[in-house]
Amino acid sequence: MRRFSAFAIAREAARYHTGWERHWRSPEPKKKYDVIIVGAGGHGLATAWHLGKHYGITNVAIIEKGWLGGGNTGRNTTIIRSNYLQDPSAAIYEKSRSLYETMSQDLNYNVMFSPRGVIMLAQTHHEVRGYKRTAHANALQGVTTEWIEPARVKELCPIMNIDGPRYPVLGGLWQARGGTARHDAVAWGYARACSDMGMDIIQKCEVTNVRTEAGRVVGVDTTKGAIDCDKLGMVVAGHASHLAEMAGFRLPMESVALQALVSEPIKPCMDIVVMANTVHGYLSQSDKGEMVIGGGTDGFNNYTQRGSFHHVEETVRALNETFPILSRLKMLRQWGGIVDVTGDRSPILSKTPVEGVFVNCGWGTGGFKAIPGSGFAMAELMAKGASPLTDEFSMYRFREGKFIDESVAAGVAH
Amino acid sequence: MLTLSCPYCGVQCDETELAAGGEAHLKRYGPESSPEEFESYLFVRENPKGVHLERWRHAHGCGKWFHAARCTMTLEVFGTYPAQTLAPPQELVEKILAKRPGWTWREFGQSDMEGAQA
Repeated sequence: MRRFSAFAIAREAARYHTGWERHWRSPEPKKKYDVIIVGAGGHGLATAWHLGKHYGITNVAIIEKGWLGGGNTGRNTTIIRSNYLQDPSAAIYEKSRSLYETMSQDLNYNVMFSPRGVIMLAQTHHEVRGYKRTAHANALQGVTTEWIEPARVKELCPIMNIDGPRYPVLGGLWQARGGTARHDAVAWGYARACSDMGMDIIQKCEVTNVRTEAGRVVGVDTTKGAIDCDKLGMVVAGHASHLAEMAGFRLPMESVALQALVSEPIKPCMDIVVMANTVHGYLSQSDKGEMVIGGGTDGFNNYTQRGSFHHVEETVRALNETFPILSRLKMLRQWGGIVDVTGDRSPILSKTPVEGVFVNCGWGTGGFKAIPGSGFAMAELMAKGASPLTDEFSMYRFREGKFIDESVAAGVAH
Repeated sequence: MLTLSCPYCGVQCDETELAAGGEAHLKRYGPESSPEEFESYLFVRENPKGVHLERWRHAHGCGKWFHAARCTMTLEVFGTYPAQTLAPPQELVEKILAKRPGWTWREFGQSDMEGAQA
């Protein structure tokens, strides 16, 4: 694989860009791999990359039923932050945020990480108390966040109306080192690096059965034939219940549709990310100039990747008061993704009742920010059988009562 | 937009009138139950790709709870039925099975369902 560099751009410019290589190979599956990862989204590819990078495990296949990065990795609003309340969450999300800082160098692929800062708006007194508490918790966890007053919010984001009668801005939780990254590039960068290590990324290949012998995984059946493996990682977000059923166990999660939309492109007017959790609206401006808006989830189980229209209406209606500039904008596109929501709104990174099968799911409405940290921790779990970052995220925590309750703490729409 | 027929007041209601209540026919374990039983009641969900039996409340209407059978892949609604039951009506099960052969629900399979109705 040729490295990307300023020199490479000059070289290709001089020869009409005829020398760029394909980023990854598209091989046919082999008979057997040491590790199979199901799901070539950000989390699956990051898991594979860390397996190769830190543990030298490169006889790996990443199987994807659709196309690489075509699920929630390509559908989210690209927000990166780590201002969670509970210690286990802060540890894994902060690890993840820090890995984003060096990801472009690590992968030799520009993921356009932009640490532009994230505000979580407090628009009710309940949120004021909640975010002050989170700021204190973050200080103890070593995550740099601060509580800021409305005047500072206005300074950071001048297009905001902080005096709205219904949703006044009472302050915010500010994480200056949060931001955004190019979501597709994260998947593409990992895929290119994995392929370069000799791993096989097999797209348009759906897993139809998980084969076990004496309680241990021996392989999977797919639409491209049977493939054997020693270890299996299920990293399929909203479809985890479906895959778990094939392996013979159930998961404490449900799948719902979460929506996002973008406006027509406008001139730069907002250089931070704003999360308005009371009204379920998340707003940032992309480099193209589109206002990127994340909305709320449907209330009912759903695999349709569309979402209900009235949620879009509610989100935009409520955001209009805080961002009057939005009221004249046309919306260009709307889409949905299937998110996997657990009982305590925290992820599951865990061994399972089937030996050799590991599951990474339950990131719910906020998985993009966690991609590198999740991959780092999942790889350690799969290689060594345990990881300090995943210990608390076991799928058995629900029967043990050891919840990592972020449903209120994270203050995000679920 | 999702439209369900309320089995009590007979109104065709769209989803803005309704509140979703999650999976139906959960076994509600009480005191003296094991951690596994509480887990299955409170957290573990069927979450099928296919026909889902679920609870709804006609929140901005008659206010009553009812059940619905709805496909999570297509949003096709197979029918609604009152909440005072442990299993869906037999004709609804047959309607589902006609379109989705082999469909099962939780620990009770097709034959158990027939038994529950009998």
